[in-house]
Amino acid sequence: MLLIECPWCGFRAETEFSYGGEAGIVRPADPDALSDAEWADYLFYRRNPRGAHRELWNHAAGCRRWFGVERDAVTYRIERSYTLNDADPAGRAPGSESGTEAHRRSRVGSPAGDGDTARVRSGADAKDDSTANAGAGEQQ
Amino acid sequence: MTAAQPNRLPQGGRIDRTRPLAFTFDGKACEGYAGDTLASALIANGVSLVGRSFKLRRPRGIVGSGAEEPNAIMQLGEGAAAEPNVPATQVELRDGLVARTTRGWPGVRFDVGVINDVFGRMLGAGFYYKTFMYPRSWWKYYEHAIRQSAGFGRAPDAPDPDNYEHMNAHCDVLVAGGGPAGLMAALTAAESGARVILADEQTEFGGSLLGSAERIDGAPAMEWVAVTLARLRDHADCKLLTRSTVFAYHDHNFLTIVERCTDPPETFREGTQIGRSGVDDRHFDDGKPEGRRGPSGRDQPGEHDRRGGHDGRGAPAGRPHRVSNAAGRHDGSAAHIRERLWRVRAGQVILAQGSFERPLVFCNNDRPGVMLASAVSTWINRYGVLPGRRAVIFTNNDSAYRSAIDLADAGAEVAAIVDSRRGGAAELGSRAREHGIAVLEGHVVSDVAGRQHVRGISIARWHGDSWATVSPTIRIDCDLVVMSGGYSPAVHLHSQAGGRLAWDETRLGFLPTESRQPNVSAGAGNGSRSLEECLADGLSAGKEAVSRPGLKGTTVVMPTVSASAENPTEALWRVPAAKDPDRCAKQFIDFQNDTTVADIRLAAREGYRNVEHVKRYTALGFGTDQGKLGNINGMAVLADTLGKAIPEVGTTTFRPAYTPVSFGVGAGESVGELYEPVRKTAIHEWHEAAGAPMEVVGQWHRPWYFPRDGEDLHAAVARESLAVRNSVGLMDASTLGKIDACGPDVVEFLERIYTHDVGRMKVGRCGYGIMLGEDGMLMDDGVLARLGEQRFHLTTTTGGAASVLNWLEKWLQTEWPELRVYLTSLTEQYSTFALAGPDSRKVLDKLGCDIPLDRDSFPFMNVRPAMLAGMPVTLFRVSFSGELAFEINIASNLALAMWNKLMEAGQRFDITPYGTETMHVLRAEKGFVIVGQDTDGSVTPVDLRMNWLLSRNKDFLGKRSLRRPDCLRKDRKQLVGLLSPDARTVLPEGTQLIEEPASRPPVPMCGHVTSSYQSAVLGHPITLALVTGGRARRGEMIYAALPERDPMPVEIVAPVFYDADGQRQHV
Repeated sequence: MLLIECPWCGFRAETEFSYGGEAGIVRPADPDALSDAEWADYLFYRRNPRGAHRELWNHAAGCRRWFGVERDAVTYRIERSYTLNDADPAGRAPGSESGTEAHRRSRVGSPAGDGDTARVRSGADAKDDSTANAGAGEQQ
Repeated sequence: MTAAQPNRLPQGGRIDRTRPLAFTFDGKACEGYAGDTLASALIANGVSLVGRSFKLRRPRGIVGSGAEEPNAIMQLGEGAAAEPNVPATQVELRDGLVARTTRGWPGVRFDVGVINDVFGRMLGAGFYYKTFMYPRSWWKYYEHAIRQSAGFGRAPDAPDPDNYEHMNAHCDVLVAGGGPAGLMAALTAAESGARVILADEQTEFGGSLLGSAERIDGAPAMEWVAVTLARLRDHADCKLLTRSTVFAYHDHNFLTIVERCTDPPETFREGTQIGRSGVDDRHFDDGKPEGRRGPSGRDQPGEHDRRGGHDGRGAPAGRPHRVSNAAGRHDGSAAHIRERLWRVRAGQVILAQGSFERPLVFCNNDRPGVMLASAVSTWINRYGVLPGRRAVIFTNNDSAYRSAIDLADAGAEVAAIVDSRRGGAAELGSRAREHGIAVLEGHVVSDVAGRQHVRGISIARWHGDSWATVSPTIRIDCDLVVMSGGYSPAVHLHSQAGGRLAWDETRLGFLPTESRQPNVSAGAGNGSRSLEECLADGLSAGKEAVSRPGLKGTTVVMPTVSASAENPTEALWRVPAAKDPDRCAKQFIDFQNDTTVADIRLAAREGYRNVEHVKRYTALGFGTDQGKLGNINGMAVLADTLGKAIPEVGTTTFRPAYTPVSFGVGAGESVGELYEPVRKTAIHEWHEAAGAPMEVVGQWHRPWYFPRDGEDLHAAVARESLAVRNSVGLMDASTLGKIDACGPDVVEFLERIYTHDVGRMKVGRCGYGIMLGEDGMLMDDGVLARLGEQRFHLTTTTGGAASVLNWLEKWLQTEWPELRVYLTSLTEQYSTFALAGPDSRKVLDKLGCDIPLDRDSFPFMNVRPAMLAGMPVTLFRVSFSGELAFEINIASNLALAMWNKLMEAGQRFDITPYGTETMHVLRAEKGFVIVGQDTDGSVTPVDLRMNWLLSRNKDFLGKRSLRRPDCLRKDRKQLVGLLSPDARTVLPEGTQLIEEPASRPPVPMCGHVTSSYQSAVLGHPITLALVTGGRARRGEMIYAALPERDPMPVEIVAPVFYDADGQRQHV
């Protein structure tokens, strides 16, 4: 059972939290403008990295706040927890310094992602990004 | 030695000879002493045959003395408290214990299944799969017969009568294992100021020292143990747990310990009366039997007396007395806890679980009377039991020499030590010779004589080739074969924690290396061999665990131990025999699963290379002992057969639990009424008094129907639904989720959540709203009521209340934090009643309402605050029945008063309380769907003909998905109504729908029934269904596939059966 640090309440057992999936998935500003493949990429495709993973957690049985966690998907070691903020509500980056365009960019239509995320992606992941596409939504 | 216990030594051991304990074994009366295990008492009583092997039905005796024991698997106790699959070596002897062998038919001494052994050559690995394959359809018969002959004990046939509890704990250092290394580590950590938990599975601390004659600081080692424990007890922050197995190592240093309780734990002992350990540990309150929580076993008088308690512990030995509330039940009454689950979060973990001695793999090495050397020393030193009169020791290492000396000291004749090593042992070799023991170096035991017990052994010269044949040259008569094949560190917890293992070629075992979590291994589990090494390793592990700021240094010093040099262990994985490996007498690797050298070789010949595959093919390492005894030997033999090195073959995965754990302690207190929370509405007692059966909906207990005069469900529902259609009914809808949404941006927020144009709703208006997942699928529905410019009251389904609030919060916090919206759950603060039927307005009028209720002043789909019968309410003109209806929201503390007023005012209109079943019928007559019943997460609003709710003027969650190709398919399942021509049959919900009545399997399905009821007002059944392309198929006939009868034709109709133009709700 993970020991998770809620940025507001401190370290608590995993049973107090609920999982919210990969952090940094930004809802496209104009869904109607997206192709089916692009929409499917937002809807279904996740990185599932072997290594560092930023994810959203909710202190469901506590303060009920959502926050970000950077966790290693292999060792389960948690590097840090971080609060979400207005500049970066989806939890793309740990800490509050972000909000840059690179971080803000949705994964949709960005073949390689920003430098920060490219580090944790394997070749297969990157390939997914560029080919996430024709008819992929249908297969989901 | 007494007649009753022929193998009991006249003195010695850690047993209490003043406290004899009576027990039965297979119905035979036996006697042991306090401090015995069932295994030691059985040996004391001269019992050597304790079971039959799993597949070959060979007679088996006790091999080990701990968790590794594969053969002595017992059934304990009787009735509800019976416990199957328990190794006798891990059962603390108790007065009145009833133990039975678990295998052998008709009995353990003569088992007809022994025929399997005669034909054992044909019963190699994979025998059942290979033999019982054809015809395939017969497998179910084969399997039944095979399963009958398999298995160990019998599960109890009644609910577990015992109590269990869970306990959370935190510590700086958790030490798993209380042997020399663990004690040393715990002492070091505790004296450094750390909060320490020390847990050991045995009844007392000491580990290997309990069964050895070694000395520390010039005195018997157990005196050092006593001094160490006294020092640990001086530390208030040190918790000592015996009878406590650390059985699982989870993430982030979270470990679980199962404690087998006899008395209340030490921390709760203040002011309580403690009975003798292990005897009168059932605590009664006023002598009344202790009832089990929950519906099935609640306070059944006399039950306790009859069942006699778990493994006989409840025998009426003790005077009833009370334990402190802390150890008792929530209601404060006394309850004995049988097992306690400790859930420990530790800063550091020290793994000091010791090691397992390995058997040697020689012909007929499974005969009763062949034992591990460590077990033999334990029988003698710890239990004062002599397991044989004339022994032969067979070893590849020095440690077994100690057992030879122990045997000689205890008065047994040691015929010979057979040591495979040409150089023999170091110091211990000369000590053995000083005891007059003959040592045969460079020899091996090649075979064992005797069936039901060892009669003698054959000895051959060892040439260093495991796979050659040898000619036995010496035969020795004996009744005990003591074997030692070296030691395997118990690396289970280290591996569970994600740590890596490395093969150590000199110590011949897998040792823990890199840890993934904050832990450190110590002692024999870390590869230490001698007592001195173990103590030193424990000391350094303790220091390492506390080497962080905030803790003072330690003053612990190493005790002095007379170190003795040892010669290295020899790799001897398979002992050569007189015939080749595939034709010689059986050489067992895994005793419990009857896996032999020949089986492993067969698996390799048939192409199995991966150790995990070989495990599953040969059953190596399965069963209650999980390969603690045989795994390393099996892997070594596999490696040898494949021509690989042992580390190349590797180990199988270590998974929790380390030793078997009862279901009861896993459940803990979460059984019966405490299994899950019960949510009751403010009207619950009224419903109960009215005799309503309850339906559980998302933890809520809702009245299902209100039977009158012996009515059944159907009669009651017919009456209730006609009352709503013809006069007035009243339903408690308080369980609907209620969310208050307010803030300057609430309209913008709800626009994004709901599919319709929320902004167009004027204050005082209600609207039916649906929300979709981003995948476009219907997620929840409810009514939005606009109470103010910046305030909405939202309702959700009963089951969706929590998840909808979470969903809304997630969007607000993680996507749109700029929106100033505040959400508050009001589900429990307000109660809701649906007053439905043509006379509903008259009831409100009679009660006295301060606002006009007529159609024009308060039209359909409007909301008004009002005073009703002098109480503040919110009135909603919404209808889930299609009738004129009002929903009344009222603070829950006034709810019952209001309910009673409504019932009273409605009397002259024959107001009828109705339950969830009638509510379902009424809404189905109108074609209103229930999310989660008529939908299943794969249904879009378009499939439900709800296009009118989908705004074209804005984006909302899930909107884009409705244009995905899959959502545009013409053959999606769509909501339709079904009518059967016979107007009688109510189709079961879930019924599959098919196109043709006479299709041959596989029959294509075109949909299924989602809701189906008898409609009282219509006089015939009504059915809602999802049918492929259904909306365009009105008037077509399809067929309902029914079990045990012909498919029934049904006609596709519109899914609204009553008042299709919706006039009745507008009056």
